[in-house]
Amino acid sequence: MWMTELPAFVPFYLAAVLVLLTRGWVRNLILLATPVVAGLHLWLDVDPGLSITLPLSNLELILYRTDRLSLLFGYLFHIAAFIAVIFALHVRDTTQQVVGMLYAGSAIGAVFAGDLLTLFFFWELLAITSVFFIWARHSDRSLRAGIRYLLFQVTSGMLLLAGTLIIYNQTNSLAFEHIGLNGIGSWLIFLAFGIKCAFPFLHNWLTDAYPEATPTGTVFLSAFTTKVAVYALARGFAGTEILVYIGAVMTCFPIFYAVIENDLRRVLAYSMINQVGFMVCGIGIGTALAMNGAVAHAFTDVIFKGLLFMSMGAVLYRTGNMNGSDLGGLYKSMPKTALLCIVGAASISAFPLFSGFVSKSMVMAAMLAEGYNTIWLMLLFASAGVFHHAGIKIPYFAFFAHDSGIRTQEAPWNMLLAMTIAAVLCILIGSQPQYLYSLLPWEMDYWPYDMTHVLAQMQLLFFSALAFVWLNKQGLYPPELHSVNLDAEWLYRKLLPISSHALLRQLNQIGDKVRLGKSMLLQHSRQQFGRFPLTDYHLAASWPTGSMVLWIAILLGGFLLLDSLG
Amino acid sequence: MASPQEKQYLFDKPHNVNRLLRGFYLICAILLILDFVLHRHVIHSWENIPSFYAIFGFIACVLLVLIAKEMRKVVMRKEDYYDVDD
Repeated sequence: MWMTELPAFVPFYLAAVLVLLTRGWVRNLILLATPVVAGLHLWLDVDPGLSITLPLSNLELILYRTDRLSLLFGYLFHIAAFIAVIFALHVRDTTQQVVGMLYAGSAIGAVFAGDLLTLFFFWELLAITSVFFIWARHSDRSLRAGIRYLLFQVTSGMLLLAGTLIIYNQTNSLAFEHIGLNGIGSWLIFLAFGIKCAFPFLHNWLTDAYPEATPTGTVFLSAFTTKVAVYALARGFAGTEILVYIGAVMTCFPIFYAVIENDLRRVLAYSMINQVGFMVCGIGIGTALAMNGAVAHAFTDVIFKGLLFMSMGAVLYRTGNMNGSDLGGLYKSMPKTALLCIVGAASISAFPLFSGFVSKSMVMAAMLAEGYNTIWLMLLFASAGVFHHAGIKIPYFAFFAHDSGIRTQEAPWNMLLAMTIAAVLCILIGSQPQYLYSLLPWEMDYWPYDMTHVLAQMQLLFFSALAFVWLNKQGLYPPELHSVNLDAEWLYRKLLPISSHALLRQLNQIGDKVRLGKSMLLQHSRQQFGRFPLTDYHLAASWPTGSMVLWIAILLGGFLLLDSLG
Repeated sequence: MASPQEKQYLFDKPHNVNRLLRGFYLICAILLILDFVLHRHVIHSWENIPSFYAIFGFIACVLLVLIAKEMRKVVMRKEDYYDVDD
């Protein structure tokens, strides 16, 4: 191994350069080895409490700061990068491979950043590198979606920078510790984190861009950006009560969209906002149990949401289609992918013995313990809804439902391997939660498996499924339709262009009127002037400007001549 | 594409689908009965309602789907809605 003092993002950036210089199996080896070697190094050699500073004129940047919170996300991102690399091993696209390393490295850099300026640096790199996964699809649609995505991400970065500068001005410190909501600087940073966390009304970059990325690109995207934001919120705004309410809204509204959305990867994008909502709630409560729940849920979510995105990526890769209305019956040709997808679905739905169960329940328990009874009911509603749209809808419409007649091949071996690793982790964490719990940053005394909890959760889920069966049998279940659903993005994708066009038209009309009025005025004054008797006089006629210049030149020439003669 | 002589898959036979559904209904029934046999710890007052979680889960999902269906009337547009300029 190498020295401990090497910040964890460095191996990934180095790997990106090496990937650029190599081809074939050497390149694949570098891609695979980087997260494994760097991850093992982090696990075995790096302890909490490390701090590496970089003096920069009169500032001191903390490039690498380890504690239990940042290490947990560090481990997670190495696992996620490893799984995503395996899933994308068949891809022969240098851009995506280089960007994959840079993107994962930036996420790792961000969670180990000890000051706000370093955080900003990696925050922007996350944005700039990740957009290539969207553009790599090389379609007009993905190009536009990528630009919109980048606008949101860069705005978030600018807000973070502005907030950082204000805070530096006030406190003379750049340290990234608890911030809390006090003063304009902290609000700007809160908003910056909120954009990346997909707060309501700031969320559409996610549902807009993720479904437009490449089949493998979405797997990378789903792992890092929002989870870095969750980490940043957990570090900076733990116990900020407004987050409980923001989180509760995030858990509830996307599930309605998820039910009627046709693009199955967009369903997963909505479902992602819903899951991040649980984490935001946990951070808002701020007790040890709730905070552990939030970060543990981020951990399990990266793996099970990654698994679901991978299974849909495999379907897209094989069939070229992602619409629930056009798919169905794929269990016949992709049975292994179907089974792995169901493991992911069971995990996100928080079935006992699957990973979502052991992480989400901490947030739920903390919610009740702190007396947020109404919010708890909202989260319970959202939990039932998750099972409905992600747990049932995704596998059902892709692999079962009516037979679409599509016959294809099983997913390639590397995709199956990546999905299998994720599925094994889902079950391992779900059935043996003590290993994950031992990594959690705060002290707590909690065990998810008791009779009450298991029975309650089983009843909730089975009767949610019963509702699905009943609605389907009654013909009440809304069919999958080719459509888009209006969301907050309508404001900037429709209202803004329409209203700016209308405004421009109005301004043009006003301009025309002004021009018309001006020429009328000129004409009128000319007419008035024409009535004046002196207009018949030769010198009162309109003379071209040129003739005046000519006469002045002749005059000056005359003076010159006289002068030289005199 | 599916050929007419293709082999029959697991859920092509209605018999198998029914068997799956019957198993599912049975589990639902057992879970309901268990609620009366086993004692749950209660924190929220609503949890005192017998089979609270089962009722809540069922009603929540029916409401979710029916509201989402109504939402379509307001928010649903053609697939190329954002691609065409008005």
